[in-house]
Amino acid sequence: MVEGEVLLQLGGTDEPERAFGALKHIHLLSIDRGGRKFKPGEQSGGRAHLRGVNLKPQGGVMRTVRALVAGIIVTLLAAQPALACGGLVAPDGAVNLGRTTTLAAYHEGVEHYVTSFEFSGGGSEFGSIVPLPGVPTDVVKGGDWTLQRLILETQPVERTSLFNAVAEDAPAGQSATVLQEHKVKALDITILEGGGDAVGRWAGEHGFQLSPDAPEVLDFYASRSPIFMAVRFNLDRARKLGVDLGDGTPIHLSIPTPNPWVPLRILGLGAGPRERIEADVFLLTDERPNLLPLPGFAKALKLDYSEAASDLLLADLRSDKGMKWMPKSDMWLSKIVVDGTASELSHDLAIDPTGRVTPSAVAAGLLDVIPELPPVGDETQQWWAWTIVLMLGAVVWRLANRFIGSAS
Amino acid sequence: MRGRLFLALGLLALFGAGCRQAEAGAPVIAIEIEHSRFDPAAIRVEAGSTVTFVVHNGDPIAHEFLIGDAAAQRRHETGTEPEHGARPGELSIPPGETRITSYTFPSDGRLLVGCHLPRHYDYGMRGTITIR
Ligand SMILES: [Cu+2]
Repeated sequence: MVEGEVLLQLGGTDEPERAFGALKHIHLLSIDRGGRKFKPGEQSGGRAHLRGVNLKPQGGVMRTVRALVAGIIVTLLAAQPALACGGLVAPDGAVNLGRTTTLAAYHEGVEHYVTSFEFSGGGSEFGSIVPLPGVPTDVVKGGDWTLQRLILETQPVERTSLFNAVAEDAPAGQSATVLQEHKVKALDITILEGGGDAVGRWAGEHGFQLSPDAPEVLDFYASRSPIFMAVRFNLDRARKLGVDLGDGTPIHLSIPTPNPWVPLRILGLGAGPRERIEADVFLLTDERPNLLPLPGFAKALKLDYSEAASDLLLADLRSDKGMKWMPKSDMWLSKIVVDGTASELSHDLAIDPTGRVTPSAVAAGLLDVIPELPPVGDETQQWWAWTIVLMLGAVVWRLANRFIGSAS
Repeated sequence: MRGRLFLALGLLALFGAGCRQAEAGAPVIAIEIEHSRFDPAAIRVEAGSTVTFVVHNGDPIAHEFLIGDAAAQRRHETGTEPEHGARPGELSIPPGETRITSYTFPSDGRLLVGCHLPRHYDYGMRGTITIR
C-alpha cells in the first residue's frame, strides 16, 4: 500500500503557463468536514454491491440506487474528522495537518495502493511526493468509494443502521530518472527513480519547494527504495474538466513487491517534532498479517480493527472501479490508527502478509539497509559477523530508546 | 559554479584547512550543509580575525549562511531579501553548490549563524560562533 505522502509546496510562479492549484493528497481518500467529497455524480461508472445484491448500472432506477448509496455514505462520513494530507506546506511555511486515510492491499505479490488527491483551489500551490516500495506496473484512477466503504466497515454501529436502511429501501542521481508519466483527470503524475538528492533536485527543478526536513526524509526513503511518485494538479486541465474545490481524485497504483510497506514517516514531512500526525491505514491481506513495528508497542500506532473481511465488504470493494483483482473471499482487514507526534513517527509500517514471519526491519525503516555478506570462506567473514552483531545490537538499542523511552 | 568550487578548493589547499573541524585561529573554515544542518555548528574564531568561510550545500534545496547577533538573526527571520551575498558574512547557496564569504570578527562576544528560509531556522539550521 502505501504510501506516504508528502506534500510539497510548488513554486509555480516561474511557469505561468503551468499554474497549479492547491493539492491535498490523501491516502486513499480525502473527505472534508462537510463530507461532500463523495459526489453522486462521480459514481456513474461504478457499481454498488450491497448486502449481497449486485447493483449494475441499468438506467434510472440504478442511478437512483447509486445516488442513495452515495448519499448514505456521505451522510455517514459527514461526522468524520477532516481527512487532509500530512505535511501540507503553505507558501508562508505553515503546515496544514489533518487526518489522512490510506488503503494498502496485498495479494499475489502485488501491493495495491489507493490514495486520493484533493483539489483545494488556486490560492496557494502544492504538490506531493510519495515514496513507493517499487515501480508500479499500473497507475490509474482509483475506485470511487473504496476508502469510504472501508471506513464504514470499521464503524459497525453507525454502518449497520444506515446501510440496512439503504439495502431495504433499494434493491441493493545525480539526476532522477523519469520512469513513467501519467495523467489522471487533472493530476500530472511522475514516477521517479533516484537517490534522495536526485529526487529532491528534480522536485526543485520542477517547481516543488521542499521543507527543510525533506532532504533527510528523502534520503531515509531512497536508501530502501529509490522510487517516488510526484503529483501535482494541472490547473488548466482542472478547469476544462470542471474539477471543483474539494474534489478528490483517487489514484490506484499496482506495485509488485516482495516486501510490502506503508510509508508513515512521510506524513510528518514539514511538521514540527511535537506536531500531531493522524492517519488511518487500512490493510487487506490474504492472511492475518504480522506488522512491524507492533502497534501498541510503537506509541504512535494502534491496531484498531483486525478481523476476517466479510464477503459483503469484498463484494462491495470488487464492485468499485479497478478493484476486480480482489478475491471474493478469504481476506483479512486491519485498520491501524496513527496518532502521535512527528518525532514519534520516525518509522514506517512493514507488513508480512503471510502472518508467518517477522516483517523486515529495513522495510519498517527501523534498520538501515543490510550490506551483502561475502561468500562463505572469505577471510573477512569473521569481521562481517562481528559487524552484523554490532549492527543488531545497535538496532536493539535504537528500538529500546524509541519505544520504551518514548512510552515513559 | 565550477570556478567557485575550484577557488574554494584552492583556498582550502592554500591554508591547509582540508579538515572540517573548526579550529581557533584558522583563517579558512569549511562548512558542510547536510540535511538542513551546519557542520560544524559550533565555531570558534580569534578575536579581531578575518575568517574565510567556504560553505558547501550538500542538500537538494537552497540554504543560507548568515552571520550576525541575535537581533540580526531576528531581522533575517522576518526579512524579505531573496538573495544574500553582497555583504560580508552573508551567503545564499543553491543546491549542491559552494559559496565563499569573509567576515572580520570583533574583539569579543558571541555571534550566531543561521539560515532563514521558511522554517529552516526553527528546524535547527543555526550555529554559534564564539570569539575568544
Ligand atoms: Cu536552510
